[in-house]
Amino acid sequence: MLDYTPKEITERKAIVINPAKTCQPVGAMYAALGVHNCLPHSHGSQGCCAFHRMFLTRHFKDPAMASSSSFTEGASVFGGGSNLKTAVKNIFDLYHPEMIAVHTTCLSETIGDDLNALIIDMDIPDGKYVVHCNTPSYKGSHVTGFTNMVSGFIKYLAKKGTEPNGKVCIMPGFVNPGDMREYKKLANALKVPITMLPDTSGVMDSPMTGKYEMYPKGGTLIDDIKELGGCIKTVALGVQTSEPSAEVLRKQCGVEYVSMPLPMGVEATDNFIMELQKISKEEVPYEIEEERGQLIDIMIDIHPYTYGKKVAIFGDPDTVLGIASFALELGMIPKYMVTGTPGAAFETAGKALLEKFGVEDCTVKAEGDLFLLHQWIKNEKVDLIIGGTHGKTIARAEDIPLVRMGFPIIDRYIHSYMPLTGYRGAMRMAELIASALMDYQDSHCEEKDVEVVM
Amino acid sequence: MVVEEIVKTDSSILKERQDFILHKQAGGCSGDGMRCDSDSVSGAVSQRACVYCGARVVLNPITDAFHIVHGPIGCASYTWDIRGSLTSKEDLYRNSFSTDLRETDIIFGGEKKLTAAIEEVMEKYNPKLVFIYATCIVGVIGDDVEAVCRTLSEKYGNHIIPVKSPGFSGNKSTGYRMACNAIMSLIGQYKTKEKVKGVNILGDFNLAGEMWIIKDYLKQIGVHVVSSFTGDSSYESLIAAPSASLNIVQCAGSSTYLAKQMEETMDIPFIKVSFFGVEDTTSSLIRIAEALGDEKARQKAIAFTESKAKEIQDLVERYKQNLIGKKAAIYVGGGFKAISLIRQFRSLGMETVVVGTQTGKKDDYEIIESLVKEDTVILDDANPAELETFMIEKKADILVGGVKERPLAYKLGIAFCDHNHERKHPLAGFEGVLNFVKEINSSINNPVWDYIKE
Repeated sequence: MLDYTPKEITERKAIVINPAKTCQPVGAMYAALGVHNCLPHSHGSQGCCAFHRMFLTRHFKDPAMASSSSFTEGASVFGGGSNLKTAVKNIFDLYHPEMIAVHTTCLSETIGDDLNALIIDMDIPDGKYVVHCNTPSYKGSHVTGFTNMVSGFIKYLAKKGTEPNGKVCIMPGFVNPGDMREYKKLANALKVPITMLPDTSGVMDSPMTGKYEMYPKGGTLIDDIKELGGCIKTVALGVQTSEPSAEVLRKQCGVEYVSMPLPMGVEATDNFIMELQKISKEEVPYEIEEERGQLIDIMIDIHPYTYGKKVAIFGDPDTVLGIASFALELGMIPKYMVTGTPGAAFETAGKALLEKFGVEDCTVKAEGDLFLLHQWIKNEKVDLIIGGTHGKTIARAEDIPLVRMGFPIIDRYIHSYMPLTGYRGAMRMAELIASALMDYQDSHCEEKDVEVVM
Repeated sequence: MVVEEIVKTDSSILKERQDFILHKQAGGCSGDGMRCDSDSVSGAVSQRACVYCGARVVLNPITDAFHIVHGPIGCASYTWDIRGSLTSKEDLYRNSFSTDLRETDIIFGGEKKLTAAIEEVMEKYNPKLVFIYATCIVGVIGDDVEAVCRTLSEKYGNHIIPVKSPGFSGNKSTGYRMACNAIMSLIGQYKTKEKVKGVNILGDFNLAGEMWIIKDYLKQIGVHVVSSFTGDSSYESLIAAPSASLNIVQCAGSSTYLAKQMEETMDIPFIKVSFFGVEDTTSSLIRIAEALGDEKARQKAIAFTESKAKEIQDLVERYKQNLIGKKAAIYVGGGFKAISLIRQFRSLGMETVVVGTQTGKKDDYEIIESLVKEDTVILDDANPAELETFMIEKKADILVGGVKERPLAYKLGIAFCDHNHERKHPLAGFEGVLNFVKEINSSINNPVWDYIKE
């Protein structure tokens, strides 16, 4: 496959080939699914909503519920105000959410629908909420959309002067439900009461009960979002994804924040735990110390297989940086780091990581695509590719093992239930990486070299 | 209409949706039919996609074309290699190309970027066929895509074809028509080709290699296949199409429009066929021979289908014992497929209790109504809430549908079969019958359902 990818790299200015990103609204939809009793609503053509639901369903293998304004020709000329009004009424009548979280699309943004004005003019039933965020598809990426939706919830609901509640606000970053469960476990172990916004655990990894719940048990409670202003502090995980929303909460309610990389690998998890520990002043419990010790033990066990191995990592900015930092801890060389999401911060942070570990000759690029990554690999091969499903064609064409991490993974199951974050998550990353490299060795070495004990 | 009664007993159905739902009455057809083929209600959690989606799914299987999506990145990302259409040669169509419009393009227009994108592609690859999909905002920001395509087609002497597919300009069916128009604008230039005795296959996308099965059948009965739309097709194979003497239309929803145009301008008559199920496959092959006026082929078709049916009979019979009396729900794209599925279930001793389509037409629904038992629920453009309500009410054992329906069925503890892009093996022809029966059996009779706690 991919015979069309030439080794020779020529500059492309106008065309993206095999993107490493998608558009804002799907990120907003994912974030809104992480609020309990909330129905995400796509203000645009119905295709957007269908595509986003399909995309999320393919990754999580769980239903992703959302409604659409179903724009027609008329709406594109006269604006989508009446569509939204009808939609909101229908949604409350039929689907009974407590809140509708509207996000815009390229179409409603371009025709200039003013969502603030439209929502103010609306008859919203008592005790119900309609919130919105702007997610123009032609800016940022799905990660930006996630951030904007989180900020949207805060703008509408968090109040200044809320009674202090002793809680910490955790902004999880664009991660899987499995990771959010891991955060909650760690916070709980350190006795830090938290509100996590959003929280898709219990929604996009909901258990089988034989009953279909349009609004599963999980998700951040609306009341908790309303009380975010009373938090001691925000811990924003994933600098690019979470810091902007933490800043909104700070400006609006005066909650100070600390923003840090996703807790992936040893040091990033150490830092997260220390941050929690600073807040609760509780001693780090033995179970967590034990987990950390196990992780280091594992890293020692596998180091003959990981050291010096070159890896190409692609995906969302914070995720790529998190994986790269753990790869460096394993003695690997993150030869290529690429995200489709625009933003110089990614390149700066990536380069800083490389410098910290004294690793040279690596390429870090924001706003790249998988076509370019493939060309790089053709010019200098790597031992491993880490990223979402769409790396599989490159992996096959170049005969390189692929470890699936990040978003979207649409050709495998179970991944969204399992963390990549925390010490447990790092153990899982270590297992995936080592197994991929060792499986490759088993299937590619000469017969005389096949070993039973490795 | 009986609908009023359902609505009284069932609060989960929106008033605006009542006309789109029908309970078959005793003693034949209701006469006044049901509403279909119109826009979705604003606020509905519709399973439907948009014009772009419809156009893209029809054209995407053209293997050696550049499919360039003009718009923000999302539309390209969501449709990247998701159709499951197989190719015997080129695999260019499995890449994703986008102009990735950004904010400045929205302000200043995207024509320049589109021109540059096409030029970059032309100068590197010089393809004979390029499709430019105009998405939602392209018209709104004033890009004249047709003019760009015309100018560059002249410059390079190839076919750069605009596909008018803004999402809001109708529904998925509109997209099918836009795709057909794009195909016509290509093959129309070759309409004076001399006729040969042979058929074009329309509306088969070679999902899981189904086109190859049908081609083989036709070969077996001595019918020459000139061209196919669009499964495993190429520029060269498409432009040969005008010389065929008969069009056989498999996916009627997407391709009848094309067949009608080809009949009008190229004098090629068409018949609708279906290769799902023994009954429909047999009658289709015989009708093709008859339509060609080829008695020898007809005899061969009769003999061939008899022997093929016999081949699978024992195995099907064995599975049938596990399935008799089970109840099926169907929710698929087009009406014709739904009709085939009802027949197929009937041949397995299964009763269809709920049947719906995204884009079925009035005629389709009339046939459906005549096929099903009384009290079967018939739905147009159903939403998940309706599907849930009726599947539970009618105690369906299995749902046949697409990606968005799968997790819904699973959550309800109902077995599932993907009859859309994610089908795991061919479902067409006699081989397909066996695969279908096996899949239905393995899902319905899987031990996992016994572990669900009520």
